[in-house]
Amino acid sequence: MSLEQALRQGFFTTRLEALARWAMSNSVFPMPMGLACCAIEMMAMAGPRYDVARFGSEVFRFSPRQSDCMIVAGWCTYKMAHAIRRIWDQMPEPKWCIAMGACASTGGMHRCYGVVQGADQFLPVDVYVPGCPPRPDAVLHAILEIQRKIRERTEPVFAFPEKE
Amino acid sequence: MTFDDVIAHLEARFPGGIREIRRALGETTILVRTELIRDVCRVLKAELGFNYLVDIAAVDRFTEQERFEVVYNLVALAHGLRLRLKVRCEESDPVVPSITPVYPNANWHEREAWDMMGIRFAGHPDLRRIYLPEDFRYHPLRKEFPLLGIPGSLPLPEKPESPAR
Repeated sequence: MSLEQALRQGFFTTRLEALARWAMSNSVFPMPMGLACCAIEMMAMAGPRYDVARFGSEVFRFSPRQSDCMIVAGWCTYKMAHAIRRIWDQMPEPKWCIAMGACASTGGMHRCYGVVQGADQFLPVDVYVPGCPPRPDAVLHAILEIQRKIRERTEPVFAFPEKE
Repeated sequence: MTFDDVIAHLEARFPGGIREIRRALGETTILVRTELIRDVCRVLKAELGFNYLVDIAAVDRFTEQERFEVVYNLVALAHGLRLRLKVRCEESDPVVPSITPVYPNANWHEREAWDMMGIRFAGHPDLRRIYLPEDFRYHPLRKEFPLLGIPGSLPLPEKPESPAR
């Protein structure tokens, strides 16, 4: 069977890796770590107006076991940082992290003893979203950046053990 | 009932107990001798109708003498009166009698003042920190406390290795 014939019958060929990355990148399940006012904009992003469902991320999972992208939305205190880290540790690999807003990125206006001056002090942040709070479109863009990161990943999705 | 009645009643019950009366902008503030605060509150609640304790605040005046001040805001709902009580204490021994036996909601307000300013309330049933971690050693609203805190006093979880991508 030639390629033209196969295409006419609705087949296409690709690499399993590329197919898996395409599927992974279009099903990023966010873990909403809503700590402050940014969480409201995050909810707006999930709602019908901004509609993150277009990009496959509508399933906000409140269980860390079922999510693979933590959105740290708002300022984290030193006391809360331990809880955030525990939730992060419960998320299965591979996982990504978005620091949403000025406070999660740098501490923002909370330049004081109680607020961590940037969530990247205890989490490996992938994308920083500026704004106070950022518009929902900005968070959408951050999710698109995560999708780009997943598609450009060098680590293989499927790891097959070596034959003995 | 007016503020004049309240002050006359208090002065009759506690001769020499009121250190200063200040009336400004329609507000009345009374500075009371520290050791009398619980009895003054008891009289205000039982005999003068001040049945609502709105808030307790602590002030760092940053003075040599009587550095800390505790402010009590009281309301008599039936009379429509608001009264502000103040007591002062020394930096070397910042102890104020607790008014939790009189106003039960003072419990958490006094814990807050202890947490933030380091004022101890004698007779408080459960004087623990309320906001900061229990092993924190400082009182961050004191004026000498640095803005960004004392490095290492609040431990952070360790940052995990960035996963291979």
